[in-house]
Amino acid sequence: MKIRHFVLPALAAALGLASCKKGDDSTINIGEVAALTGGTATFGQSSHNGTQMAVDEINAAGGLLGKQIKLITEDDQSKQGEAGIVAKKLISRSKVSALLGEVASGRSLEMAPIAQAAGVPMISPASTNPKVTEAGDYVFRICFIDPFQGTVMSKFALSKGWKKVAILTDSKQDYSVGLTEFFKKHFTANGGTITGEQSYGSGDKDFKAQLTAIKAGAPDAIFASGYYNEVALIAVQARELGITVPLLGGDGWDSPSLIEVGGKAMEGCYFSNHFSNEDTSPAIQEFVKKYEAKHGAKPDAMAALGYDSAMILFDAIKRAGTVEGKALRDAIAATKDFPGITGKITLDENRNANKPAVILTIKDGKVVYTETIAP
Amino acid sequence: MKRYAPQIALIAVLAVSLGISMMSSQLDAYYLDIALNVGINIILAVSLNLVNGHTGQFSLGHAAFMAVGAYGASIFTLEAADQLIPMLGGPSTFATGVAFLIALLIGGLCAAFCGWLVGMPSLRLRGDYLAIVTLGFNEIVRVILQNTSGDGPFGGPLGLKGIPAHTSFFWVFAIAALCVYGVASMVNSTYGRGFLAVRDDEIAAGSMGINTTRYKVTAFVTGSFFAGLAGGLYAHLRTTISPEGFNFLKSFDIVVIVILGGMGSTAGVVLAAIVLTVLNEFLRDFEQYRMIVFSLLLIVMMIVRPQGLLPSLPFLKRKKA
Repeated sequence: MKIRHFVLPALAAALGLASCKKGDDSTINIGEVAALTGGTATFGQSSHNGTQMAVDEINAAGGLLGKQIKLITEDDQSKQGEAGIVAKKLISRSKVSALLGEVASGRSLEMAPIAQAAGVPMISPASTNPKVTEAGDYVFRICFIDPFQGTVMSKFALSKGWKKVAILTDSKQDYSVGLTEFFKKHFTANGGTITGEQSYGSGDKDFKAQLTAIKAGAPDAIFASGYYNEVALIAVQARELGITVPLLGGDGWDSPSLIEVGGKAMEGCYFSNHFSNEDTSPAIQEFVKKYEAKHGAKPDAMAALGYDSAMILFDAIKRAGTVEGKALRDAIAATKDFPGITGKITLDENRNANKPAVILTIKDGKVVYTETIAP
Repeated sequence: MKRYAPQIALIAVLAVSLGISMMSSQLDAYYLDIALNVGINIILAVSLNLVNGHTGQFSLGHAAFMAVGAYGASIFTLEAADQLIPMLGGPSTFATGVAFLIALLIGGLCAAFCGWLVGMPSLRLRGDYLAIVTLGFNEIVRVILQNTSGDGPFGGPLGLKGIPAHTSFFWVFAIAALCVYGVASMVNSTYGRGFLAVRDDEIAAGSMGINTTRYKVTAFVTGSFFAGLAGGLYAHLRTTISPEGFNFLKSFDIVVIVILGGMGSTAGVVLAAIVLTVLNEFLRDFEQYRMIVFSLLLIVMMIVRPQGLLPSLPFLKRKKA
């Protein structure tokens, strides 16, 4: 049984690693739950890179409260069920003062009741579903919630002078339905007219019937609140039918496939997002430069949100002067006009972020920053 | 005394788990969580072993029955338990316990019914058809749950949240012990020899007068029932469930435990459930290399001990010789 010679040292090594990870009093332990492997690993790795960068910066500047920050990251493999276990592990074994994560709403919902019960503040960088922060008063997020983007796109359309808009909703996605609902509410209340409302289901390939009906209303723009897979096809088919008006959408469009599939049909369309690495403001460009020097790639929205979530936490620790749960929670809740990479962030009474969104457009086959819209 | 050894062991496990449960508030939350995961995986693996190991069928959809049980139990707890508890004499440990037991049983029975629905037609077939049907059923359950309305009782793609954390050490290990005891005594009974006969040679078993379909359906429905119970326990442990958590990868995880433990060896499967669950936690520190280490261990294991961790039943050995 030669195998024993491998297994036992491997186990011993694992145990050794596990034991040396435990924190001591000379550091402030911050737990991070991220999907470093599995289906949504690209999101998890980006947000982890951003978070780590924030920690390194603070430590280089001397740490907080006279202590160094120790970021303890646990991988949840993008799996349901794992996020809850690692949250428990971070709280009970690593004795963390606060939790950062998760990107996906489903897994944040799993962590939230655990953080709440243990009295450990939790900040999600990018879970946009409204339900996440309803879990309790220790759960925060620093991204805007789904419905907000509907309002933003409505403001944008009105500012462009588009008074007549048609809507195309993916009725199978909560996300899309939410965006549509808030778009309609804001748009009609501010003098806009909805010329037609059509819907489809994720996975559909043919949208000609809906588009023909939309064309009859002669809108100035079409609000397509679904995800990139269908939106790209919708754009191609709309152009085939001779519809030349721009399409509008939310951050569900944010994927390289949008342009790969949509091609020329996507030119001149607009969507809202958390962050653009082409934003010309000096703070963002400095962040982009630092991130690129470290990771060899331009930061995406997840990296910026990960960075901001850590920075907001550190700001709150500084203001609270302690890492004790209740005081830290109150300090996070009091965050106001925090100058983050993803905009000025204020946390409202529902522990959601009140912050601007950026509008991006597609120009010459590239996603280009156009403007920032405040809430 | 020796005759009653299994029953005595069962009662001992129940008593010990009740004792540990009483002092669980003093235990480390993380270690307790791992222990509960071990218990749930034991239930899942032993119940799947009845189908895949003892009866020789190949089911790839155990997570679907777990999902049915999890949703059944959670919906009952969320929608009906509040009305039920006053009828049992107000909120007390006893009343919540009874309500939880009813929720678990409802989950288990829903899963058993689904097992019957799927098993009835597909178990009449031979060969790999059951694997295909169960794999398909797994995806069907997940996709249906995902496409329900977000405000409805099933909660849509985000699933259900705010399920009360009723699952305790006692509940998990009591049901795990009952599952192990039930499956072991079923297989070792006179009636239960039929399962093994079906596995070893279906044609021979049929010609000896064994109703092979009925045996297969019995094994399948029993396995589904326990998977449903495990699902209910899982839901009340994690307090949130979503369709994505019950995809076919979850089914594969359970199949891996059964194969690693040794098909048809209840003790081996229990050991594998413990080893794999705990190993998964230890390997967490390898971060992204965890999956590589895990897979390597499995490959090496399959080369060194293809029969599983513990030696299987004697006639399996004889077949090899």
